Amino acid sequence: MPGVVHVQAKINGEDTNFLCEPRQSLLEVLRDVLGMTGTKEGCNDGNCGACTVVLDGRIVDSCLVLGVEAQGREVQTIEGMASPGGLHPLQQSFLENAALQCGICTPGFLLASRALLDAEPDADEGRIRHWLAGNLCRCTGYDKIVRAVIQVSTAPEK
Amino acid sequence: MTLSNQVLSEVEYNVVGKRPVRPDGVDKVTGRAQYGADVKLTGLLHAKVLRSPHPHARIRSIDTGKAEALPGVKAVITAKDLPFAALSREELGGDYNRLKFASDHMLASDKVLYKGHPVAAVAAVNAHVAESALALIEVDYEPLEAVVDVRAAMRDDAPLLHAELRTSSMGEIGDKPSNVAAHLSYEKGDVEQGFGEADVVVERELTTASVHQGYIEPHNSTAFWNTDGQLNLWTSTQGAFAVRAAVADVLRLPVSRIKVTPMEIGGGFGGKITAYLDAIAATLSQKAGAPVKQLMTRAEVFEASGPAPGSWMKVKVGAKNDGRLTAVQLEVAMDAGAYPGSPVMQAMTCAFACYDVENGKVDGYDVVVNKPKTAAYRAPGSPQAAFGVETVMDELCQQLGLDPIDFRLLNAAKEGTRRIEGPVARRIGFVECLEAARDHDHYRTPPEGENSGRGVAAGYWMNRGFQSSCVITVNFDGTVSLIMGSVDIGGTRASIAQQAAETLGIAYEDVKPMVVDTDSIGFTFITGGSRTSFATGLAAIEAAESVKAQMVSRAAKIWDAAEDDVEYADGAVRHKSDPELRLGFKDLARQLATTGGTVAGQSNVDPAGEGNSYAVHLADVQVDPDTGKTEVTRYTAIQDAGKAVHPSYVEGQIQGGAVQGIGWALNEEYYFDNSGRMMNPTFLDYRMPTSLDLPMIDTVIVEVANSGHPYGVRGVGEVPIVPPMAAIANGIHEATGLRLRSLPMTPGKILEEQWERNGG
Repeated sequence: MPGVVHVQAKINGEDTNFLCEPRQSLLEVLRDVLGMTGTKEGCNDGNCGACTVVLDGRIVDSCLVLGVEAQGREVQTIEGMASPGGLHPLQQSFLENAALQCGICTPGFLLASRALLDAEPDADEGRIRHWLAGNLCRCTGYDKIVRAVIQVSTAPEK
Repeated sequence: MTLSNQVLSEVEYNVVGKRPVRPDGVDKVTGRAQYGADVKLTGLLHAKVLRSPHPHARIRSIDTGKAEALPGVKAVITAKDLPFAALSREELGGDYNRLKFASDHMLASDKVLYKGHPVAAVAAVNAHVAESALALIEVDYEPLEAVVDVRAAMRDDAPLLHAELRTSSMGEIGDKPSNVAAHLSYEKGDVEQGFGEADVVVERELTTASVHQGYIEPHNSTAFWNTDGQLNLWTSTQGAFAVRAAVADVLRLPVSRIKVTPMEIGGGFGGKITAYLDAIAATLSQKAGAPVKQLMTRAEVFEASGPAPGSWMKVKVGAKNDGRLTAVQLEVAMDAGAYPGSPVMQAMTCAFACYDVENGKVDGYDVVVNKPKTAAYRAPGSPQAAFGVETVMDELCQQLGLDPIDFRLLNAAKEGTRRIEGPVARRIGFVECLEAARDHDHYRTPPEGENSGRGVAAGYWMNRGFQSSCVITVNFDGTVSLIMGSVDIGGTRASIAQQAAETLGIAYEDVKPMVVDTDSIGFTFITGGSRTSFATGLAAIEAAESVKAQMVSRAAKIWDAAEDDVEYADGAVRHKSDPELRLGFKDLARQLATTGGTVAGQSNVDPAGEGNSYAVHLADVQVDPDTGKTEVTRYTAIQDAGKAVHPSYVEGQIQGGAVQGIGWALNEEYYFDNSGRMMNPTFLDYRMPTSLDLPMIDTVIVEVANSGHPYGVRGVGEVPIVPPMAAIANGIHEATGLRLRSLPMTPGKILEEQWERNGG
């Protein structure tokens, strides 16, 4: 059995310590070590975006990052998106616009969409479609997802 | 949004037809919803499956000794550990072949029939150890020639998959082994005479590739075989009862020994009906004495779950100069994968269901090939048939100089039309869909840009009924709990709760729907076939009616009145002649505790009144003449929903189905090397549409009520995947003059057709 490594990271704002094997991905660590199953596995090879998390401000596929790479860094997951006071406006918009069906891709889309609007609050449909092309959804045909993000964006044309 | 998504409603209700937030919504946007892969149990082991690297081979021997000796490994199984290995042909009699197929599909015994076929499984302390153990299992294979093409597999000299499979044809069994499991045929009128009367006849051959449902969540199963002999399963499935039945069959257990808890499911589209992992996880759990969890990788999903069949078709249609059809004919062969059971019958019954034509004949062949056993995929069989029929109809329109919608209106199936296989249509909404398409802004505005064209195609799915159970209990605060066995894939909780609320006359928010395990509700068929909003909806309505009757009886008791003098209306009970005596649902609910206890309504239904679905799609495409790449620039899907219970989720079904169809049309295919190995089992190489590939998908919901349901509900999920392939092919023809007769219509194929036309 390979040895385990002690890793210290900030996860959703909380200082977090965990032990993981060097071969374990950040996705595995989140789900299996830390019990944070909101981050989903769709392909485990970086092609679907279901496991999207934010690492030091950048969105990454957590299946392509090793758990040990989180050392000293800041990770944001779906579990940290809502505040005690309520849902993030994107979460609310997804609900109201029926932007999810099965829901398995939803955490990834929400984190990717938030990263876009944090950087470009006025992103329009074309920009949103381009940005979200790394996240696969098989249920919705993307229509209602794109509309839900447009609704939160401050782009003039809605 | 109202402009691009229209609902042509004829009847308005209080709750049905509104767009409330779904009950499971908050859990799904916060990451709290528990899917199959999220199950955690004390002492949980993790399993991996060893799969065949060969598309076709005989298994000479399997040695699991080294794997069993690896530290951390708790159990190793092969087909020898399944009950079938110990059953004799004499014991099983006529059931022998069926059970052999079912058992071998779980774990291969004598032969492997596709790359990815399970041959052994390991449970270990974690998935990495289990995977290491797989490498230590020694399997001695004798590779055999493989066949993956459906037409090649039908030839007399094709390699045979099953030594004992013979063709069943019109009740006759063939005299020698064959890969053709069945030949089916339906006929109406006299096609020879019909074609003789035609002024124009078009006959074409077409093919479609194997495609995958592409749900984002891989298959998973967690099993715990307790020491008392009770087997518990937690899995992502479209039907907990289907899993229970399949596991009971392969493991030879009574269903009462198995409890299946359906977890949240990350997409299915027909592909999560078959139980691929559950019997394996259960057997490993029994052997290890601990709970076992098993997850498929994405490659395993592609290579070892069930794709939709590839197909070959010959379509022939004849019409008079005025456009009136005189005869139609289809010959279709579908690959079933490794074991019999392609949806060829549905392809045959759906193929010409849009048309009212006197003479028709359809012949279908169910053919085994060295691919994973096919599974249902949204309107199984119908999309392939529609690609053939609707592109050939387009060619007929072109030859006759007719508008494709006018042509279809002239020949449209309507109430009273008898289909080729026999049934006569009740009230259907195909004409209304065609009229909505003709009158739509999309159809009245020419396609934009150079090298662009518009295609029109129609589609049909019969929709399903089947059994559903529901229980509604009244809580003392005036809310109700709605308990059901239908798994919620894309809004079922909402649509069933809306129907219950409408029937009870209470607020949607006061209905709390929950999906429960197989021990907690009566038998309920799968969520699939576009049956759930219809059939489970009916069960909820009947359970609500029972609650209403009991509330009336309770009020009569409280008022010391005769039950006949009390009635239920608008969410309240009242005395028919004494206006003073009236209790709202909540007020009466508060009195239940002290007047005899709660009220519960229960219902089991097996309805026959399902209403057929029709759809018409308009696709604008632009084809790049240099690269052959097709872009969909505008898309409108028109569909008769009967009544859209939750229009947003109906639109979602239509948009999702249309986009799966766009992928099927342009990109998606199982790509095999010469030996029959799939070469593209990743989402990078099996290219599904992304947000960047698509425009908004505009929808028109037509509502022609289904008389078999109190609110007029038909099913909605299947039919939107039927027209897109033909609509896009017809659009490509208008853009380029090329007729593509093979799916997918990749840039390479379009360039080749272009070069051929231009003389190389």
